[in-house]
Amino acid sequence: MESDQKLIPVYIMGEKVMVPEGSTIIDALEYAGFQLKKGIGCREGFCGACATVYRLPGDFKLIGGLACQTVVEPGMYLAQIPCTPAQKATYNIEKENPDVSSFLKLYPEVFRCVSCNTCTKICPQEIEVMDYVNAIIRGDIAEAADLSFDCIMCGLCTMRCPAEMAQYNIALLARRLFGRYLTKRSDYLYERLKDIADGKFDKEMKNIKQLSREGLEKRYKERDLDFDIT
Amino acid sequence: MYPEYMMESIKMVEKTRPKRVEIAKIGKPVVEPMKLKEREEILNRFHPDYKADARRVLRIGPNKGEKLTTKVSELLESHSRISPDDIDLSNVDYDVDVLIIGGGGGGSMAAIWAQKQGVKVLISTKLRIGDANSMMSQGGMQAAVNPHDNPIIHYLDAIGGGHFDNKPELVETLTMDAPMIAKYLEELGVMWDKEEDGVLVTKAGGGTSRRRMLSCRDYTGVEIMRTLRDEVKNHPEDIYVLEYTPAIELIMDNKDQVAGALLYQTETEEYVVVRAKTTIITTGGYGRLHIQGFATTNHYGATADGLVMAYRAGAKLLYLDSVQYHPTGAIFPEQILGFLVTEKVRGLGGQPVNKFGELFVFPLEPRDVEASAFIRECTEREKGITTPAGRAGIWLDSPIIDILSGPGTIQKNLPAMVRQYHRFEIDISKYPMLVFPTLHYQNGGIEINEKGETTIPNLYAAGETSGGLHGRNRLMGNSILDYNVFGRRAALHASEKAKTVKLGKLHLDHVRNYEKELKESGIETKRIAPILLPDYRNFEVIRKHRKEFDPFLGGGITGWYEEE
Ligand SMILES: Cc1cc2nc3c(=O)[nH]c(=O)nc-3n(C[C@H](O)[C@H](O)[C@H](O)COP(=O)(O)OP(=O)(O)OC[C@H]3O[C@@H](n4cnc5c(N)ncnc54)[C@H](O)[C@@H]3O)c2cc1C
Ligand code: SF4
Ligand code: SF4
Ligand code: FES
Repeated sequence: MESDQKLIPVYIMGEKVMVPEGSTIIDALEYAGFQLKKGIGCREGFCGACATVYRLPGDFKLIGGLACQTVVEPGMYLAQIPCTPAQKATYNIEKENPDVSSFLKLYPEVFRCVSCNTCTKICPQEIEVMDYVNAIIRGDIAEAADLSFDCIMCGLCTMRCPAEMAQYNIALLARRLFGRYLTKRSDYLYERLKDIADGKFDKEMKNIKQLSREGLEKRYKERDLDFDIT
Repeated sequence: MYPEYMMESIKMVEKTRPKRVEIAKIGKPVVEPMKLKEREEILNRFHPDYKADARRVLRIGPNKGEKLTTKVSELLESHSRISPDDIDLSNVDYDVDVLIIGGGGGGSMAAIWAQKQGVKVLISTKLRIGDANSMMSQGGMQAAVNPHDNPIIHYLDAIGGGHFDNKPELVETLTMDAPMIAKYLEELGVMWDKEEDGVLVTKAGGGTSRRRMLSCRDYTGVEIMRTLRDEVKNHPEDIYVLEYTPAIELIMDNKDQVAGALLYQTETEEYVVVRAKTTIITTGGYGRLHIQGFATTNHYGATADGLVMAYRAGAKLLYLDSVQYHPTGAIFPEQILGFLVTEKVRGLGGQPVNKFGELFVFPLEPRDVEASAFIRECTEREKGITTPAGRAGIWLDSPIIDILSGPGTIQKNLPAMVRQYHRFEIDISKYPMLVFPTLHYQNGGIEINEKGETTIPNLYAAGETSGGLHGRNRLMGNSILDYNVFGRRAALHASEKAKTVKLGKLHLDHVRNYEKELKESGIETKRIAPILLPDYRNFEVIRKHRKEFDPFLGGGITGWYEEE
């Protein structure tokens, strides 16, 4: 960044520091001299490692966000949260049922939802968290899987939930059940696996592996382009 | 939002747009694609790998005398973080069958398959499990699963893309295992994009001759990684995970075999000794080295630690002379510097144009050629747009997509992209994105064979840290497949081997010998490696405490201090 950039004051774990305007929270922490060891991952909004809470001056609210995506504002009060302690059930995906019974067994707390919508309001991915929780309660696994798909498991919803559930782990179970049991399998895929097991490609693979570099280049250049699906 | 002076340039982009729409609608390439000779010439003159100082001879170790990417050579010619005399190996903290270093996609897949073989596993990882490049891929995974395609064609595409340098047996394993991996992930619960009748949706990717890319909306990496992580955590009795505890050196025994690793807790600065019958390195790539000062798409922990540790222990490296740059990395706003703008934007009809709104290259040249054309436009031709931070880039005209294919196309196909720019108040359906090539993928690495074995006993490697599979250039979609195929393979063989290994006395003599070799070769340096965590602190702040500061350890991504 340029030296003539404008600096603004923020508070990092109590201490007032001046940081460049327009920085993300992560950039601001680094500018202030922190080398981050926790609470950081992709720096691009995909991994949920940097979930954090902050306050703005004159506002009683505790606001949540991703530190790598949130731009600092003057007077912001910042902290770092290394991770969300959350309950995760262990289970065998091969033995679970793709219906509400799995949730009754593994995550009975989901039924304690009081529909306060706090989770939806804090979600940095703008996911309808309460709606997917309610879909699970109704036993609509497909709906829950679809609604929760963009979840990056940052844990912010969990930190604020009065019913003390880990929505993101519960949604992950819903998606895994949906992916494994409730989508149609591709016949083509199983035919291909059978062909491979039967050794259908073995001879040609052996031939092509033995080609000289020139022979291979020739085959490569002559290969046809075909973007039709079937 | 864009500053005023950039808006002036955007006005020119808008002015040329109707004409460019017309050209696109004809259905022919909007710019004539380059002939092979032209490609060669532009690569020679503008691709970062072809610069005079891009590579230099490595002076020590098993690859001594070979020319590697300069920063990789520098990284390997460095001191250990420890002095072996200070470490007490007689106190073993964890005794396991298989040690996995790196909890990304490759490490997680390996742990799951080792667990299935009935062995005890420990995963050491630097951040949390899943804080990894594997979480970030959007595009998809290649697998020849539909009738129009097959493993032989996949083989040809991969080996041609790699400039025919790929190790054939690795490519064979990759392409033949791919359909099985697609099925396995589905059985774990990964939600592949499917047609109504269950057929897997396949998309085209750079360098493929068939539609072969399986995807999970534009969160493919997230979907696969979070599922694998969940499965790892379903076996707490057999897979022990140590987070925020990276490995810093391998441990050997007196039979010259790898026998575990020394770990380091980044917060408490404690050392942890792990004895393991076999060890698998899955530490991923090196984007955070910021080779030649480039920004990167990679996650915070991508610092090539695995290469350093394996090399000191005597493992050979392969093809670490070529770097993959992705043509379209964001360079504005500064906060998302390096952010990957998916190739799909150009696939959907998005056009790269210069500051006058002029087309200057066919939008879908191979990655290295496209990147070189962008660099030429910004340097020699001086037709780039400069950001307030002093970076030059070119426009990627996205609004044209909605004009060509109807309003809403962008929102529907690029939700992650729209969300990212929206956070900084830029609507990509109205305004173009400013991009420049960004450091994306480590093409080579620790040499492996089809069992995932490295060249030294009891050491395995898989995923982006390994070398040989992709030759000198990886094709999009083959690396998700890579970490799944070889994570699994390495685990199967490492677990099998673990059942017969008898370990001797533990030592760190290889670290001592490496120091000696450094000295004997006359290499004087202050560098220490593995780097573990990049340092982006404000130089001024650091200087308050320390007189000397090695900018090598920082990347300069934020530009707060100058590189020497
Ligand atoms: C933005 C982006 C988009 C991509 N898109 C695609 C795509 O569409 N298709 C595709 O096929 N590929 C894509 N790739 C490439 C692909 O995601 C990676 O190559 C692949 O995920 C690498 O997996 P891995 O397990 O080898 O490494 P990673 O997933 O990076 O995991 C490595 C892990 O090791 C840990 N680690 C590092 N050092 C140490 C240490 N010293 N001790 C302990 N742990 C350590 C890291 O913290 C990390 O958790 C993309 C990559 C990026 C960055
Ligand atoms: S649903 Fe919860 S864990 Fe998932 S992204 Fe939203 S707030 Fe984060
Ligand atoms: S925060 Fe908890 S209780 Fe409130 S709506 Fe969400 S899941 Fe229900
Ligand atoms: S660091 Fe990954 S979401 Fe912020």
